[in-house]
Amino acid sequence: MAEAHTQAVAGSRWGGGAAPYAIGSKKLGMWLFIISDALTFSVLILAYSYVRVASPDWPAPFPFYPAIVYASVMTFFLLSSSVTMVMAVSAAHRGNHRRAVQWLLATMAGGAGFVLLHLREWLHLIHEGVRPFSNPWGAPLFGGTFFGLTGMHMLHVTVGVIYLGVIAWGFGRKRFSSEDVEVSGLYWHFVDLVWMFLFPLVYLLSIKTP
Amino acid sequence: MSAPSSYEQAAGSRLYLWVWVWLLGLTGVEIFLGYEHLPLNLMLTLLMGISVIKAALIMAYFMHLRFERLSLFLTLVPALVLCICLILIFFFPDSLRLHELRPQ
Repeated sequence: MAEAHTQAVAGSRWGGGAAPYAIGSKKLGMWLFIISDALTFSVLILAYSYVRVASPDWPAPFPFYPAIVYASVMTFFLLSSSVTMVMAVSAAHRGNHRRAVQWLLATMAGGAGFVLLHLREWLHLIHEGVRPFSNPWGAPLFGGTFFGLTGMHMLHVTVGVIYLGVIAWGFGRKRFSSEDVEVSGLYWHFVDLVWMFLFPLVYLLSIKTP
Repeated sequence: MSAPSSYEQAAGSRLYLWVWVWLLGLTGVEIFLGYEHLPLNLMLTLLMGISVIKAALIMAYFMHLRFERLSLFLTLVPALVLCICLILIFFFPDSLRLHELRPQ
């Protein structure tokens, strides 16, 4: 067995080599991007945790309504858009172009809903006087970490909606393969995954207690 | 390079809906915990524990990692464990001592 395996690898050395992960290069590329992007987000959260722990008067400004309710609805939107995304990938692999595009559009709607709700939340906080380096409640860097973390994530969701739009357009015209849809799905699920950490760390640890 | 047959086998939409229900349920538990008056240490442990479970569910089922070759899993997961360590290194454990040392 082992010998046959070695031979297969050795034999393919000049033929482009074996595929050690048995996935396409686009998919592997997206996974590698996800790893590097996960590091980017991790380091942003690292900075947030450092500033937060080092500040004695870290504010807890999020009331049940609107902040926590909005953030929960936004979580619901993102999680649901991940389900519509797997449906899109599934339909794409079955070769059902029309259905795949419909699911992609539903996914984009979920992402757009997330961004709109989040922008409302931002405007609400800005109206309350939160700025990147000052706020009415306490540690001045609260705004910097909040806008930095959620802004970076919102940028990813916005780019994701555009990315899915391009994929939906191309797949509907049969210019892109089902693998392209699957790879865009990986990106979308990763954006969802990051929010699973941001939601508790940013919102649930700063709930305003009456 | 995609493998439609294994994809179809793995991908009953019922399975995805169940994962979705679990993710929503765990999110609900997190919001509930947010309103419990727990010590920060315990709260962080619970919230991050649940978040790691949710991330694992998303990666295993939505991102299809459970159905990929083990070599891909073994390549990706150590890097993500490093990310989790980065997220938590200032929260645990020494930093929490600072909270207790603070003058109230």
